[in-house]
Amino acid sequence: MQDFAEAFRLAFQLVWQMDDELAAIIGLSLRVSLTAVAIAAAIGLPLGALLATTRFRGRGGLLVLVNALMGLPPVVVGLLVYMMLSNAGPMGFLQLLYTPTAMIIAQAILITPIVTALSRQVLEDLNTEYAEQFASLSVPWPARVQALMVDARYGLLTVLLAGFGRAVAEVGAVIIVGGNIAHLTRVMTTAIALETSKGDLALALALGIVLLAIALSVNAAVMSLRLTAERTAHA
Amino acid sequence: MPERLAMDATAGQTAARDAGNQLPLQVSGLAWSAGSKRLIDGIDLRLENGGVTVIMGPNGAGKSLLIRLLHGLVAPEAGEIAWNGQRTGEATRAEQAMVFQKPVLLRRSVAANIDFVLKLKGGADPARRDELLAQAGLADKAHQPARALSGGEQQRLAMVRALACKPQVLFLDEPTASLDPASTQMIEAMIADARMAGVKILMVTHDAGQARRLAHDIVFIHRGRVAEHTAAATFFSKPASTPAQDYLAGKIVL
Repeated sequence: MQDFAEAFRLAFQLVWQMDDELAAIIGLSLRVSLTAVAIAAAIGLPLGALLATTRFRGRGGLLVLVNALMGLPPVVVGLLVYMMLSNAGPMGFLQLLYTPTAMIIAQAILITPIVTALSRQVLEDLNTEYAEQFASLSVPWPARVQALMVDARYGLLTVLLAGFGRAVAEVGAVIIVGGNIAHLTRVMTTAIALETSKGDLALALALGIVLLAIALSVNAAVMSLRLTAERTAHA
Repeated sequence: MPERLAMDATAGQTAARDAGNQLPLQVSGLAWSAGSKRLIDGIDLRLENGGVTVIMGPNGAGKSLLIRLLHGLVAPEAGEIAWNGQRTGEATRAEQAMVFQKPVLLRRSVAANIDFVLKLKGGADPARRDELLAQAGLADKAHQPARALSGGEQQRLAMVRALACKPQVLFLDEPTASLDPASTQMIEAMIADARMAGVKILMVTHDAGQARRLAHDIVFIHRGRVAEHTAAATFFSKPASTPAQDYLAGKIVL
């Protein structure tokens, strides 16, 4: 019990002091996850808009696939990206394995289906609401999509925050493709796993506290966005 | 009851001739079903230009569905709809606008709602937008979120947004349902202004008083069919069909 309390004390001390190593791990975590979110947004939002506003043969099957991919096991993604990027793999020539780029690729693959599926739902709900009015005004498809993206901006930001939350807390994929190399690919989640296995609970807890703080901040941001949308009657 | 196609010369027709518009509506054999239930059952109808045509009938008669079919929002199962000889579709819809019972406003400011339509129909025009906002009595609320407006204000915004399309035909689906008398009066004034400007108005309402004030002719729908189509004065003084007589007498129309 005493060790437990001591670990917490040391953890808070580490967070308070924020040494270079801790700052580097947090910085890399944020860089990797934010970049993955940007990639997922670039792919997932247009794809979500397409699925929300068009009807085509095979759409139902695609929706089922995208929804199913939301539950992709991170270790499976990690394994697949590892196989692709390893020297024997089809993209081995890029020499990306055990680099932050490999981790970004793995996280982007993990959260793109989440961004796609959730943005599709947000946009489709709004599209249903606007459908008759847009049809009456003969709004062309590009203008319709643009209007939906603008008017659903708070909902879409929430989707991106959800994607970020999933990415930053993920460990299975990044530990496989990143390798948890100190000062190169060590992020918060992989460091927690390593330090716990080494018995250095203070550093693991310190990183856990930061991770929790980020998760809380993301949730607070989501709630704040929702309140702003309701307050300004945009919801 | 055979439909009365030969309408008396109405003020609406006169206004239309003055405006030079020639967009008579011809509907023949119009039908639409939901599953096995026939909601529009072989409607034939001809409307002259200009004026206000009010569509009345009991709940579930098919009034709102009829104007959606006429506007081209719903594809008919059978029959023909032609505006000035042109089948209803994208081209005819471009010259029409519709205001729904529950206004569908974009999640933007009041001004941005009008800007969206103006941009769509030719280009941003701040002067025109301000003119329309003034017409709706919303000039001082231009930058407020549209959805924060009261019900009456939202419907006025929906009206001027529809007018921003410069429509030749304006469909109104119970535009004053659930509005207070003052808001209703303002909407009716806007409808009268649009009619005076030569816009043909097709309006669904349950409000007999409103129909008396605005209508030039009444199309009475019963069980998906036109039970009666006649001049408003005739309809209210001597309704010819039994369903219309019962409806005006406040009886349940089955």
